[in-house]
Amino acid sequence: MTERVHESTIGAQSRMITVEIMGRPYSVPDGLTMLRAMWYTGHEVVRGAGCLGGFCGACAATYRTKDDVRLRNTLACQMLVEDGMSFFLNFSYYPNRKSIYDLDQISDPKQELFKIYPEASLCRNCNACTEACPQGIDVRDGVWKAVFGDFQKVSEMFMDCVMCGQCIPVCIADIAPNHVALYASRAHGARLTAPPQNLTRRVDEIRSGKYTDEWKKILSMSEEELKAAGQPSK
Amino acid sequence: MDVIAESKSKVIHERDERRKQTVPIQSPEERDRLVRAFHPDYKKEEYHKIQTGPNAGERTVREVAELLESDSPVPADLDLTPQYRVDVLVVGGGGAGATAALTAKALGADVLLVTKLRMGDSNTVMAQGGMQVAITEDDSPVTHFFDTLRGGHLKNDPKLLKVLVEEGPKAAQWLIGLGVLFDRDESGNLKTKKGGGSTKPRLLTCSDYTGLEIMRVLKDEVLNQRIPILEFSPVVELLTDPDGRCSGAVLKNMDNDQFIVVEAKSVILATGGSGRLHIEGFPTSNHYGATGDALVLAYRTGAKLAHADTFQYHPTGAVFPEQLAGALVTEGIRSDGGHLVNRNGKRFVNELDTRDVVAASIIRECAEGRGVKTPAGRVGVWLDIPMIDLLLGEGNITKRFPAMVRQFERYGIDIRKEPVLIYPTLHYQNGGVAIDTDGQSQTQGLFVAGEASGGLHGRNRLMGNSLLDLIVFGKRAGAAAAQRAKSVPAGKLTLSHVTRFQKELEKNGIKPKRIAPIILPDYVRRAEIMPAAAAKQ
Repeated sequence: MTERVHESTIGAQSRMITVEIMGRPYSVPDGLTMLRAMWYTGHEVVRGAGCLGGFCGACAATYRTKDDVRLRNTLACQMLVEDGMSFFLNFSYYPNRKSIYDLDQISDPKQELFKIYPEASLCRNCNACTEACPQGIDVRDGVWKAVFGDFQKVSEMFMDCVMCGQCIPVCIADIAPNHVALYASRAHGARLTAPPQNLTRRVDEIRSGKYTDEWKKILSMSEEELKAAGQPSK
Repeated sequence: MDVIAESKSKVIHERDERRKQTVPIQSPEERDRLVRAFHPDYKKEEYHKIQTGPNAGERTVREVAELLESDSPVPADLDLTPQYRVDVLVVGGGGAGATAALTAKALGADVLLVTKLRMGDSNTVMAQGGMQVAITEDDSPVTHFFDTLRGGHLKNDPKLLKVLVEEGPKAAQWLIGLGVLFDRDESGNLKTKKGGGSTKPRLLTCSDYTGLEIMRVLKDEVLNQRIPILEFSPVVELLTDPDGRCSGAVLKNMDNDQFIVVEAKSVILATGGSGRLHIEGFPTSNHYGATGDALVLAYRTGAKLAHADTFQYHPTGAVFPEQLAGALVTEGIRSDGGHLVNRNGKRFVNELDTRDVVAASIIRECAEGRGVKTPAGRVGVWLDIPMIDLLLGEGNITKRFPAMVRQFERYGIDIRKEPVLIYPTLHYQNGGVAIDTDGQSQTQGLFVAGEASGGLHGRNRLMGNSLLDLIVFGKRAGAAAAQRAKSVPAGKLTLSHVTRFQKELEKNGIKPKRIAPIILPDYVRRAEIMPAAAAKQ
C-alpha cells in the first residue's frame, strides 16, 4: 500500500488559492473539497460532517464565488473550493415542525396531507426551494405534485433527497418541502401501492414451515458437510 | 496522463471482444490461493497478537489491537449519578440503531437513542447495492444461506445465518409497511438483481439509493414514535453492575465536552464499523464516525469478539479524481454488467465473484504492473461502466445509477461515456462483538446489532447482506433488550470493569498507545505535514 495521504491534503494541487471560511481568508491548495479545506486550515469539524460520501446532508454549506452575487448551497464533502470563494457550513439545524403521523391510522393519505402539512397548499410559486436544493431536485414542482395527489411522482422526484433541509428556511409559505415529500413518498409506498406478491408468497411459505425439515438437517451438519452441501449446482 | 488516455482507449476498443467473453468463477482452491496471496487480511506484518482480554492470544491488525488495548477517556472517579434512567439505551443512529429503537419502543420499552453524529449520518445511507432477500420462485432462504456461507469461507455462525435468511422476507415486508419504495417490475412484484457471490438474483433495490431511502424512512418513523434522541453524544464508556452485567453508559456531549450518565436495563450497541481507523493505510468508504467504538467498549466489559481480524475491502473504490479517493462505486455496476479491465484492456476476474476474491485480483493486477497510475500517484484498474448501456440499452446508467452519475459529474466525468479508475477501499468490518441470535453479547444486558456485531458474515460478507443484517438483527436485539428490561431491575452503575481491564493491561506490561473510543479521526492538519509552499506563505 502506498503511504497514506493526509486527509486534509487529498486532491491538493501545487497552486495555492485564497478562500474565505466564515469570513476569514486562508491560503489553501487548489483541488481540496470544502471540508478538506477546513481541516487544512486547522478547523476541528464536529458538526458539519457525516457520511462524507454526499448522501447524508450533514455538511450542507452556503457559498459565493468571486464574481457572483448569488449565494448557493452545496454539500461540503463533495464541493471543491475555488479561488475567491467564500463559504461556511450552515449545519442546517432549522427547528422546523415535523408533523407526527401514524401511517396505519390514516384513512385517505392524499387528503390527510392537508391536515398533516396544511401549509403545503399555500405555495406561492417563488421557486426558492428549487434554487436552494444542492441535489438539483425540482422541489417546487414536487410540492405541487404532492398537493395534487401525484404521490408516486413525488417519490420518484425526491429519491435523491438527502434531507439536508436547505429548502426549509427559504420558503416564504413556511413549508418544509422535504418533509412534505417524505410524507407523500412514505404514504405512497405504505398505503397506495399493492403489496408485492412474490414477497408475500415467500413469507407465507416460511410461515407454513416449508423449510423446517431442511433447516433441521442443515443445522446438524459439520463444516465439511456444509461445504459439500453448499456447492452450487451448475 | 498519456498512459491513462492510451489505456482508456484500449478499454473502449476492446469492448466488443470483451462482450463475447465469459470469465469463469475460479475453483475454491484457486480463490483461496488468490486471497491468501493478495488480500490485505493475509498481510502478516500488519497483524499483532492481542495480549489482554477475552481474545488474548488471537491476532488482529495493529489498528484494532491498539484500540482494544487502550486507555479509557473517562476518569475513574466520575460522578455516576444518572441524568437519564431508561429501559433501553440504543447507541447509534444508523439503520440498526433505528430499527432496534423502533422495535423496543413498539414493545412498550422506554427508549433513549444516542448517536455520535446526527441521527441517520451513517454507513446505512450510503448503501447503494441493495438488500438480499430470497423471494424469487427458484430461490429460497436455504440457497441464500449457502451462498452466504460460501462467501464467508464457511466461518459464519450457522444459527445467526439461518435467522438472517429466514427472517429476511419479513424484514422487507416491515420496511415496505413503513413506506420504503423498493423497485418493482410491471406486475408489481419486487425486482431482484444478482449480487457478487450469489447464485440467484435477490437484491432488492431503490435505484442506487437503497440505503438512503431506508434510512430516510426509519429516521422519520423514529421521530413519529417520539423516541428521544441525543445527537453528538457518543458513548465513551459502558457501565456495569458489581456482577459484571451492563447497566448503563457514559456519553460525552461533543458540544461542551461534558459527560452524561445514563442508567439502562439493556444497552444496544449499534455503532457500526471501523473504516476510519484506516486499517493498513487504506482509504475508506465509511462515514466520519466509523471508529470501531463498539469493539473497544464491549471488549472492556469482557465480551468476546468474533473474526476481529478480517475486513472487507470493497473492490471498487474510486481512485480518480483524487477527491473521490476511497469513495464507493457501487457493486450494482458489476451486477448490471460493468467490466473490470486492466491497463491492457483485458478482463481478469469474474466481476460477480465474492468481494474478497475480486479485491484480491485487482490488487494482484496492480502489484504485477497491469494497473494504471493516477496523476496523484495512486494505482487502479478500469471499471467499464458504459458497458451497461451497451448491454441493456441507452439510458440505463442514468436510470439505475443516478447517485453515481451525480457524484462523478461534479468532477466533470460522465460515467455514461467513460470508464473510471478504481482500487479496493476499506469498506466493512466483517467481524465484531460476538452475539447470539438475540443480539446478546457475552456481557449480560449488552446487545449488539449490525456491523458492530460479529459471527454472521464469517470472513467475508456477501454483498447485500449488510442492509438485511441491520434490519433483522436490529429487530432481534431491540425485542430481546425490551424483554430483558421488563424482567430485571436497574443495576448499580460502576466503572469496575474498566479498572479491572486497566490492571490487566498493566500486568501484561502494555502501555496503551491511545485513548479510545477515539470518536472522530484526526484529520486536522498539523504543522509537520504542512507542504513547504504553504508553510512559507
